[in-house]
Amino acid sequence: VTAAVPALTAPRAARRLKSDEAVLDNGLRVVAVRKPGVPVVELRLRLPFLSTKPAHPAQSSLLAEAMLTGAGGRDRSALAAVIQGLGGDLSANVDADRLVLVGNVLATNLRKMLDVVAAVVQEPTYAKDEVATERERLVEKLTITRARPGVVASEALATRMWGEHPYAIDLAQPEDVAVVTPGQLRTLHRALVRPSGGALIMVGDVPPGRMIQQAATALAGWSGKPPKPPVPSLPEPPAGALRIVDRPGSVQSTFRMGTPAVGRTDPGFAALQLANLAFGGYFTSRWTENLREDKGYTYGPHSRLEHHLLGSVLKLSVEVAGDVTAPAFLETLYELGRIAALPVREQEVESVRQYAIGSLALSTATQAGLASTLSALSAFGLGLDWIAGHPQRLSDTTVDEVSAAAARYFAPSGFTSVVVGDAEAIAAPLSALAPVER
Amino acid sequence: VPRPQKLPAPSFDLTHHTLDNGLRVLLAPDRSAPVVGVAVLYDVGFRSEPEGRTGFAHLFEHLMFQGSATLEKMEHFRYVESSGGSFNGSTHFDYTNYFEALPSNALERGLFLEADRMRGPRITEENLANQLDVVKNEIRVNVLNAPYGGFPWIYLPAVLFDTFANSHNGYGGFEDLESATTDDAKDFFQRYYAPGNAVLAVGGDLDVDETLALIEKHFGGIRKRRVGKRPDFAEPPLSGERRDTHADPHAPLPAVAIGYRVPDPVGALDDLLATVLVAEVLSDGDASRLQRRLVQRDHLVTDVSAYIGEFGDPFDERDPTALTISAHYPDPGSLDGILTALDEELARIAEDGLDKGELDRVRTRLVSMQLRELDAVMPRTLELAKFELLHGRAELITELPGRLAAVSEDAVRAAAAALQPDRRAVLELVAGGAQ
Repeated sequence: VTAAVPALTAPRAARRLKSDEAVLDNGLRVVAVRKPGVPVVELRLRLPFLSTKPAHPAQSSLLAEAMLTGAGGRDRSALAAVIQGLGGDLSANVDADRLVLVGNVLATNLRKMLDVVAAVVQEPTYAKDEVATERERLVEKLTITRARPGVVASEALATRMWGEHPYAIDLAQPEDVAVVTPGQLRTLHRALVRPSGGALIMVGDVPPGRMIQQAATALAGWSGKPPKPPVPSLPEPPAGALRIVDRPGSVQSTFRMGTPAVGRTDPGFAALQLANLAFGGYFTSRWTENLREDKGYTYGPHSRLEHHLLGSVLKLSVEVAGDVTAPAFLETLYELGRIAALPVREQEVESVRQYAIGSLALSTATQAGLASTLSALSAFGLGLDWIAGHPQRLSDTTVDEVSAAAARYFAPSGFTSVVVGDAEAIAAPLSALAPVER
Repeated sequence: VPRPQKLPAPSFDLTHHTLDNGLRVLLAPDRSAPVVGVAVLYDVGFRSEPEGRTGFAHLFEHLMFQGSATLEKMEHFRYVESSGGSFNGSTHFDYTNYFEALPSNALERGLFLEADRMRGPRITEENLANQLDVVKNEIRVNVLNAPYGGFPWIYLPAVLFDTFANSHNGYGGFEDLESATTDDAKDFFQRYYAPGNAVLAVGGDLDVDETLALIEKHFGGIRKRRVGKRPDFAEPPLSGERRDTHADPHAPLPAVAIGYRVPDPVGALDDLLATVLVAEVLSDGDASRLQRRLVQRDHLVTDVSAYIGEFGDPFDERDPTALTISAHYPDPGSLDGILTALDEELARIAEDGLDKGELDRVRTRLVSMQLRELDAVMPRTLELAKFELLHGRAELITELPGRLAAVSEDAVRAAAAALQPDRRAVLELVAGGAQ
């Protein structure tokens, strides 16, 4: 520490939040946390949505787009007007694992918002003309989304890592969306938008017991249990060759690299989390210091852990100037090899440990942040206790454990890699570093 | 339709103080969680860049992270992150901010870090060359290699405004960026980064007296420097419609941005708020006028949004600022139909007024969104600092719900009536990407 830099003072413990939890008669798990702050409540209704049916990605994507276009006898703009008048917002999003209704509302209007949610889950309309509008829009939105090089790269990585598994599909195909009917959406909704096995998270400045009571009353008429889908285990992703996806005229090359990792319930998770931060998970990381602050090859590389129900992925993302594509890949392989083959330093571990503890506190210090974190945790059977206990797990993790996690997960040979860029320009230089395929 | 409700307003326990060197200080204690936000805003943005140096304010922002009076390169990052905090900075049209969110036991460290760079960044050839490369890559990833990159915030001001200050590309052209020198950086710092040209705001888990003492300890010794008078950048409303096109090689669908010069956010706030309400009536949610007309009824556009301020924040700029209506649409031949529909919807508001309950629900949602944005310590501290710097009073934030409630339907109608075709700039994005 430079003499002039002030030392840290004694940390203040976070106030314990009042919370309550219940499983409603219909099987829905309800978690309510009183979080003082602004007079707003954040809602997350999370429902399992995994399916192996080939038509599922297109149907579930369109369902999420069309879900709020009418419910409970209200048409699309009447529904939107009611939500807006409550000072609220409600939207649906879906991925391979789950559907989430994300909302927020002025605290005094929570009960009325829950009534709206109840109407949406129990009496959705899926009117023919609204579905047609959203079908057309979704095709256009998919076209716009797929023009982004990062999306192309992530899609190529998922396909390459997961092959025939449902996780291979990041985004639906336009031709599949184009044939989805309102009837199919109603059938899908009836099958999967069911309370049993789902979770409702509410975080806001309202007593937890009252929030649970209001949810129980509003959602009392909702019932049913979704069928258990066959759950195919994840295949072993093919590592080795770097796949080049041609995007002529690109002035940057967009890399996405992935390798299987472990989730929060694994005893080795804290060590992996710290190893990831040290590699490329925060600004002071090795990868950022090398590629950005030393070489200027990129605006910023990022490595992160992505958690899905069936498995976690350690994912690296970086966009580099086209003319330094191969040198940037070389430095990336070097940093991966270095953290996998050599012990990490104690000072690095102390830094990432404090960062992990601090960033958890910051990200859960808001109503929205806490609600989203609890929603994500709920899929794995975790909750507030996990958040409260995690700093201790981070503190207990040794430097050797972090080195061991780095050795296990960061070996460059273990990554599946893709790059989106101007193939004409980058293929030859890259082939000096790794086998490449087109 | 719910009955009009009394709108909740945020409230803060604010302390103001000015140091002898001119630094304005604002404290907003909130001890509900052990976190603090430290923000320094300097009164300089894209608009103050010299001609031939587009993008310089932002490039300079990067240099402020490259070491300071007593710290080597990388040390700023390390001290913040190893304390459990995170940091960033951003350059806007009228100001530049630097900030850290920290566990409250790192408060003094955060103050030290901001004071150390207010004393001066380490401006070296090596740091400049490195951050030039980083900034060029930032522009590549966000603009040059991205569909709709920089659209419309970089390109619309060039059509809507006339002066260099208001119309140039704030990210900067590569030629201008490459010609920047360390002397330019030293001059820029000397001119715009004086303590008297800045606001320091600290929010969250803090004791007011202790924090004021710490601020005096770390910032009090920074020498007072002369602060130049900020020029007036205002431009009068347009008198004839302007049109231009922007070619985007990566965009798969065309897009349009329609800009209007709107009332002075500082000098004519109530007029601006009426225009803010027009924007919300036009595009917030599925019950809004343009969503219903353009998306749901006419199927002309994929999406549409109306907002004030180039970055979507109506309080982020001084005069001049703009209302922008932007849309993506599948058929390149639809532009005239979109403009006609927009004019009809504006005329409906101006002539027929609003539906029963429409203004109330829009206001309620607007206030609720504002409250939500104030929940986290860092955005809250930044908002307070921004209102203090641009509007002269952080307290104004707490008055906004009341000011919005006081905007009459007639004022909203008049604000819609002012958005005439001859007052607008229309920038059409020509899609060159694969469909």
